[in-house]
Amino acid sequence: MLPLSRPAPASAGMTGTWRTYKPVVNLQKCIDCGLCWLYCPESVIDWEKGYKIQIDYTYCKGCGICADVCPVKAINMTPEEGI
Amino acid sequence: MSFRIDQLPKKKYVVPGNAACAGCGMMIGLKILGMALGEEAVLSIPASCAAVVQGLTPKSGVAMPILNVPFASAAAVATGIAEAYRMLGVKGHAVVWAGDGGTADIGFGTVSGAAERNSNIIYVMYDNEAYMNTGIQRSSSTPRAAWTTTTPTGKHERKKDVALLMAMHGVPYVATASIAYPQDFYRKLKRASEIQGFKFIHLHAPCPPGWRYDPAKTVEIAKLAVETGAWILWEYDNGQLKLNPPSTVYVDRAKRKPLKEYLKLQGRFAHLTDNDVKMLEEEIEAKWQTVLALAKAFPQRL
Repeated sequence: MLPLSRPAPASAGMTGTWRTYKPVVNLQKCIDCGLCWLYCPESVIDWEKGYKIQIDYTYCKGCGICADVCPVKAINMTPEEGI
Repeated sequence: MSFRIDQLPKKKYVVPGNAACAGCGMMIGLKILGMALGEEAVLSIPASCAAVVQGLTPKSGVAMPILNVPFASAAAVATGIAEAYRMLGVKGHAVVWAGDGGTADIGFGTVSGAAERNSNIIYVMYDNEAYMNTGIQRSSSTPRAAWTTTTPTGKHERKKDVALLMAMHGVPYVATASIAYPQDFYRKLKRASEIQGFKFIHLHAPCPPGWRYDPAKTVEIAKLAVETGAWILWEYDNGQLKLNPPSTVYVDRAKRKPLKEYLKLQGRFAHLTDNDVKMLEEEIEAKWQTVLALAKAFPQRL
């Protein structure tokens, strides 16, 4: 047996638990540009042109890059509850 | 070549739930690498953050074939892959994805050797300007005055300019890039994949824990590095050296943002005095003069 690893989610566990701030999207404000999808270092943002975005909170580490690069400030970093 | 965000592949080359720190700049680079070379790339990764972020076996957080290899050997391993591909007639790119320590310090012998042999590989050095995964020790690519755990009062030596060193090997293609400009990096990877021989891309990638800043600012800081002139985007393509946008604008020193805007966001430069900043600004200007002189010495053939 070769010591092979195969691509799969959660290679470091449920990384959503790392989060202290949660990105919340205001889809009314979102202009569907895709910049947050492009820059998200974790690939937790799904985007299809015309359908805007969706964030996978199971793995989102809450870095806040999406909120920082959003040109219309449609993403808000809100504190996680219970911290 | 056109670059439309909505036409980029949707496949996740960086798989969610990996072991990278929140806000990792290098992961943005890995995503773009996947989008540009995707199914055709085989990565050799020496000891580095990139080896750590893949997470724990039997899972991998990066959806590309990867060989994790000993520290100094990455360029030599990739050379072997490229040769095997050539002999077997397999279409693919042998890519090295290595950090600044694995390139500028420990791996420099094999990198230089592969360049001299003109091995058919694409070497990407993601530069987070210190040994980050072992706890922020200075590398030869750490900029002057930056705090690290081994330079507690700031580094006294200047940053080694690896991209210029590689260009002076006379290899077919060398470029600098930044994770804040995925379009530019994507184009350079595509260009590199068209060329036979040794290709080198020096990618600037900020690191939140190592540079001491809020992880949300990764892209902002990488952008500021270019806008203040601290990081220069250029490419050396078959004997011609030229600046790339947006750096072309910042040839004019007056158009650059004050260097302080870049430094003040980072805790590793928190100890600098105004005099230190001035000294760094002069050093950056000297670097610009070097690059411009080289652009003149290796002009574009019309």
